[in-house]
Amino acid sequence: MSELAASDPLPKPKRDLAPILLPVALALIMIPLVGSPSTWLTLTAASLAMGMMIFIMASGLTLVFGLMDVLNFGHGAFIAVGAYVATLVFAPFAASVQADSLWVNLAVLAPAALLSMAVSGALGLVVERVLILPVYGQHLKQILMTTGGLIVAEQTLYALWGPQIIPMPLPASLRGSFILGDVAIAKYRVLAMLIGLAVFIAIQLVLNRTKLGLLIRAGVENREMVEALGYRIRRLFLGVFMTGSALAGLGGVMWALYREQVHASMSDELTVLIFVVVIIGGLGSIGGCFIGAILVAMVANYGGFLVPKLALVSNILLMVAVLMWRPRGLYAVTSR
Amino acid sequence: MMLLSGDPPRSRVLTLILVVIILALAATPFLFPGAKALNVAAKICVFAALVASYDLLLGYTGTVSFAHTMFYGIGSYAIAIALYGMGPNWAAVATGIVVGLPLAALLALAIGLFSLRVAAIFFAMITLAVASAFQVLASQLSWLTGGEDGRSFQLPELLRPGTVLISKNLFGFEVNGRILTFYLVFAVSALMILALLRVVNSPFGRVLQAIRENRFRAEALGFRTVFHLTYANCLAALVAASAGILNALWLRYAGPDTSLSFSIMLDILLMVVIGGMGTIYGAIIGATIFILAQNYLQSLMGVASKAASEAGLPLLPGLLHPDRWLLWLGLLFIASVYFFPTGVVGRLRHGRGEKSAGASH
Repeated sequence: MSELAASDPLPKPKRDLAPILLPVALALIMIPLVGSPSTWLTLTAASLAMGMMIFIMASGLTLVFGLMDVLNFGHGAFIAVGAYVATLVFAPFAASVQADSLWVNLAVLAPAALLSMAVSGALGLVVERVLILPVYGQHLKQILMTTGGLIVAEQTLYALWGPQIIPMPLPASLRGSFILGDVAIAKYRVLAMLIGLAVFIAIQLVLNRTKLGLLIRAGVENREMVEALGYRIRRLFLGVFMTGSALAGLGGVMWALYREQVHASMSDELTVLIFVVVIIGGLGSIGGCFIGAILVAMVANYGGFLVPKLALVSNILLMVAVLMWRPRGLYAVTSR
Repeated sequence: MMLLSGDPPRSRVLTLILVVIILALAATPFLFPGAKALNVAAKICVFAALVASYDLLLGYTGTVSFAHTMFYGIGSYAIAIALYGMGPNWAAVATGIVVGLPLAALLALAIGLFSLRVAAIFFAMITLAVASAFQVLASQLSWLTGGEDGRSFQLPELLRPGTVLISKNLFGFEVNGRILTFYLVFAVSALMILALLRVVNSPFGRVLQAIRENRFRAEALGFRTVFHLTYANCLAALVAASAGILNALWLRYAGPDTSLSFSIMLDILLMVVIGGMGTIYGAIIGATIFILAQNYLQSLMGVASKAASEAGLPLLPGLLHPDRWLLWLGLLFIASVYFFPTGVVGRLRHGRGEKSAGASH
């Protein structure tokens, strides 16, 4: 190791590029396997859109774990709550939703999404205070408490809205596809990609460019030290928890529009998916979570196209493969 | 004492409750006429064994597995597919057992070796993912498993309801194949629970508890923790698969809803926590409370819901609707994790105020 003078800038940490190249490589390998380039483009776009939605839902979970060592098994409940709240806005404004104008549609969509985020965020506050606060530092009880929370939330949704599936039609202007030559890309997927990318960039900016982000990153690395410096990490954590819940709510709205239906059981289905993503990415890592979400979506889409039967277990195979390569996920952030 | 492996209930009230439950279960065919009571009793037996095996994992080693229904389902499906494919004979029953149990143990071994090295939280997530993949697999391989419809089958001659073993005697009771099946379920479940009591009170069980309390320390004392945990995982899987076999034999059916669904996993979790983790006896109490609630609380709630809607109260009819019984048990679950983590059994053993030992981490 060479000597460093005091005036030299600190050496930059080595960038770990291999995980970033993974989805790119996967996509490139798939070109000859899929055959037609137009199908490949459609599939890739679908994977990216789905990946972004999963990322939005999973990002909160991974941050919460990274910061406070809390694993929320009830994270899926926020997703379902977000979706249900959006139906509250969509139902009375059905006419505006069906109007063939992007601006009128967005005028309904945006408040619906915001309301969902607000409600899930508020619910996050309650869950953190009531369920998680009493069992800090006790993994077993955390798992049990949050699983109980999931049951109660799901049952309450059934009690309030009934057990039937609620249809949630896409706004008129978001239906259909952009046609470029012989490639068709659904409009809604483009929107999902844009929102996902925006959320990712926003999270990265906050984490890397603000004092708040600095504290969060420091907290992930060494909680006691941040506390010793006089910051109230519990309050910081509460903020992260609420943001994560709100993002899960947003993801719920987007997923409901993607599937065009809402049902309380969506939380079970998605919980498994986001767990796989969070494990693959490395608990606590936003970048890993982003790549993990895209990988899971790619495997689901390409796999579903090439070998439909394999799609059933593709997530598990992917997880096993990634963990064989890096036993603690793509990016191991925490030392836990 | 020998039978209970030197680990008696240690509370008079608890002993009394257990004796009442066991006597009531044993006498159900004669005390409570009707198919429903017998079904409920059989289900309590099966679930008591299943929950006890889960308690071995959750209560004694402190690992949360979400794949326990998978093993239960493997047992159910093995016997169902064997009896469906080979016809109702004893060779098919034997085949189901010989295929099902080792399959469950092997899968448990694979999962254990792959993921028990890591923290409990990782293990919980991985088992959840594996179990959900297995569930999808079972519903998709419809040529084998019958898909969403599951597999109905016939039992061997001896166990059928039509087979009369002892015709109506003085007391007016008839012992038929159905009742024989019930006692088969009862006896095997009881044996498994006693075996589990033996396991947790053996030196091996003590090591499991040591791992639960402080894994690092147990390792430092020279115990191979991964070996112990994997072994416990395989044992629990074997008992769960056996419980699955009993359940399928009783229902004469195996399908995703009765043997694989995630909601059964949640039910097991509720039963073990409400009954009392790390006690084995808690399994019997938890299963009894839960299944009685499942079967009889609903009708009670139906009455309450109706009364509430007639009184014109908002919201309450929905919350009290019979299908929402799980909501109330979920609240009870959270409350019991928070206020009495050792469940009913721990409460009865230690009483109020005294700090309860174990099963808190």
